[in-house]
Amino acid sequence: MGTATTSRPADENPAAALGPEVLRQWLRDMLLIREFEVRTMQAYQNRQIGGFCHVYIGQEAVAVGCAAAVNPDDPIITAYRDHGHGLARGMEGRYGMAEMFGRIGGCAKGKGGSMHFFDAPHHMYGGHGIVGAQCPLGAGLAFATKYEDEVIKGGESNRVTLCFLGDGALNQGAFHEAMNLAGVLDLPVIFICENNGYSMGTAIRRGTTMGHDITKKAIGYGMDSTVIDGMDIIKVYNGMKPLIETCRAMSRPAFVDIQTYRYKGHSMSDPRKYRTREEEQQYEADDPIERLRRRLSEEHGLTDEEFSAMTKAVKREVREAVKWAEASPPPDISELYTDVITEHRGPYRGTSLPEMLRNRERT
Amino acid sequence: MSRTIEFRDALREAMSEEMRRDARVFLMGEEVAEYNGAYKVSRGMLEEFGPRRVIDTPISETGFAGLGIGAAMMGLRPIIEFMSWSFSLVAADQVINNAPKMRYMSGGQFGCPIVFRGNDGAGGQLGSTHSWCVEGLYANVPGVKIAIPFDAHDAKGLLKTAIRDDNPVFFLESERLLGVKGEVPEEEYTIPFGEALVRRAGEDCTIVSFGRPVGFCLEAAEALSKEGIECEVIDGRTIRPLDIETIVRSVRKTNCCVVVDQSWPFASPGSEIAAQVHQACFDDLDNHVYRVHSDDVPAPYAYNLEQEMLPNVRKVCEAVRGVTYRE
Repeated sequence: MGTATTSRPADENPAAALGPEVLRQWLRDMLLIREFEVRTMQAYQNRQIGGFCHVYIGQEAVAVGCAAAVNPDDPIITAYRDHGHGLARGMEGRYGMAEMFGRIGGCAKGKGGSMHFFDAPHHMYGGHGIVGAQCPLGAGLAFATKYEDEVIKGGESNRVTLCFLGDGALNQGAFHEAMNLAGVLDLPVIFICENNGYSMGTAIRRGTTMGHDITKKAIGYGMDSTVIDGMDIIKVYNGMKPLIETCRAMSRPAFVDIQTYRYKGHSMSDPRKYRTREEEQQYEADDPIERLRRRLSEEHGLTDEEFSAMTKAVKREVREAVKWAEASPPPDISELYTDVITEHRGPYRGTSLPEMLRNRERT
Repeated sequence: MSRTIEFRDALREAMSEEMRRDARVFLMGEEVAEYNGAYKVSRGMLEEFGPRRVIDTPISETGFAGLGIGAAMMGLRPIIEFMSWSFSLVAADQVINNAPKMRYMSGGQFGCPIVFRGNDGAGGQLGSTHSWCVEGLYANVPGVKIAIPFDAHDAKGLLKTAIRDDNPVFFLESERLLGVKGEVPEEEYTIPFGEALVRRAGEDCTIVSFGRPVGFCLEAAEALSKEGIECEVIDGRTIRPLDIETIVRSVRKTNCCVVVDQSWPFASPGSEIAAQVHQACFDDLDNHVYRVHSDDVPAPYAYNLEQEMLPNVRKVCEAVRGVTYRE
């Protein structure tokens, strides 16, 4: 078992080695998430989306930066604010939108909803609705990759699991049990706390001891940890990359406090009375998309025209996703009885895959 | 060829054979490895399979139950041992909110081929917190399969089926049965889920039960036979799926039915079976279905109180006499 250190990776700047095309792709991905979420809110207000719905606006740099720092076959898992992670991982917007519309074309055939985005080909293991409950699952994914690589294939552990959680999950037993098991079993998992400062309406200082420095929690579990500015995708990437590579090489868990901000309410019905408009404006002025755009225009010659074209393309893509979702029919009533158990028995009708996966081999 | 082995050894043989057969199968739980199992079910398995496949965990049910579910989502086939099913309650969110719903919530993308197993039901003066019969709680949840074997033969055959099943299986063992010996074939076999076993044929009254109380029913049937009442004793073997057909066939013959279920009476497998029998056999029944359960109180410590609270031979006999109008 390792010893815990709290450190910021000092001079490391792996993002510097990336070409401007990569950064442009990040900008595009963040714009896509933002536009997707804007249209999600509209659709919710139009009652095309029901249930609980949590949007990711403001936190885009976290999902996109983290996804960029791992391999495509490294598993990821998150909580219910999951649209950004799905899109950052490569899920097409139409499957996510159709899922929220409760249509058969959705990533889970309309049976999961906003909080339950799953995407097997992109190694996205959900989308989980209970705060903290995804943490033991994340430990299990890491256990499984290591077991497959080492016990079944006889090689070396070569995959890293990213397990995202909100700061509210810090206070759940499931989080602590997962951290302890990951430590004691040497699992290659990184617990990423997307620390947006509020668990619903409760500011972190009101609910979490040591809320001003949550990396201290990692010390007790023997983990390396770091604090990352989640409003800057370059910092997210630069912070995550070395941690991920250490985790991959050493098969040791780590913990990250990525400090971010959700511009909107906890869910669609949140009047945000627990925080000031000034605080919101302060973060919005520090917008992660603006930051990357500025950097690209200053250092890599991104023109306003190019940015505008990029924005237009993203808007078109999301508009088409909405149209596609609207055209997708509601699931047939027979879907009620599929995917409960695998076989036909009693009322159950076996299992089938969503359209997103059909004719597609798992990569 | 068969030999006589203990129930616990039958469980171990099932796990070991399946682990030899499929590298994706592993065993995880409290004290399963170095301690050789809190109840010696996994004795010797660490030696054979090593610490990568027989894995000790801390006392952390939410953590290791959830870990198993995550591993199952990726295609491994975990066997997660609860030292007692009573302790599964601290992992209830993982056990009943995640495992049985994963395939449904993910639209068929991620299954959960996991076996949770361990002691269920009263062990013997363990008091209320350690004497849970979880079938009454968990049978309510769609997406789970629940097996509850009565003897060594079924323990082995059903557990092998459970490990090969693509769905989450809750495997409920009884501490009081672990040392009971039974005939187990040398050669490999499995027992399909959803197939009840008629353990004793009779014409006068059908008795349906699961797990340890099946023994009380057989004993009661022998006693009642001396009174001239011949009981047909059906061992359901799995609660989900439930082999209602075998039960109905028997009730149509005997016209009387007693359900013996060690969980509490309210909203239980016993009440479910009674409802289904009333629905399917309304015109066949000479009396309403009688039920024998644990009394509707927390499990007590005192020996005499615990014996009175649990299903027992006396209660089964009384119910059979009642349902057949022989009181």
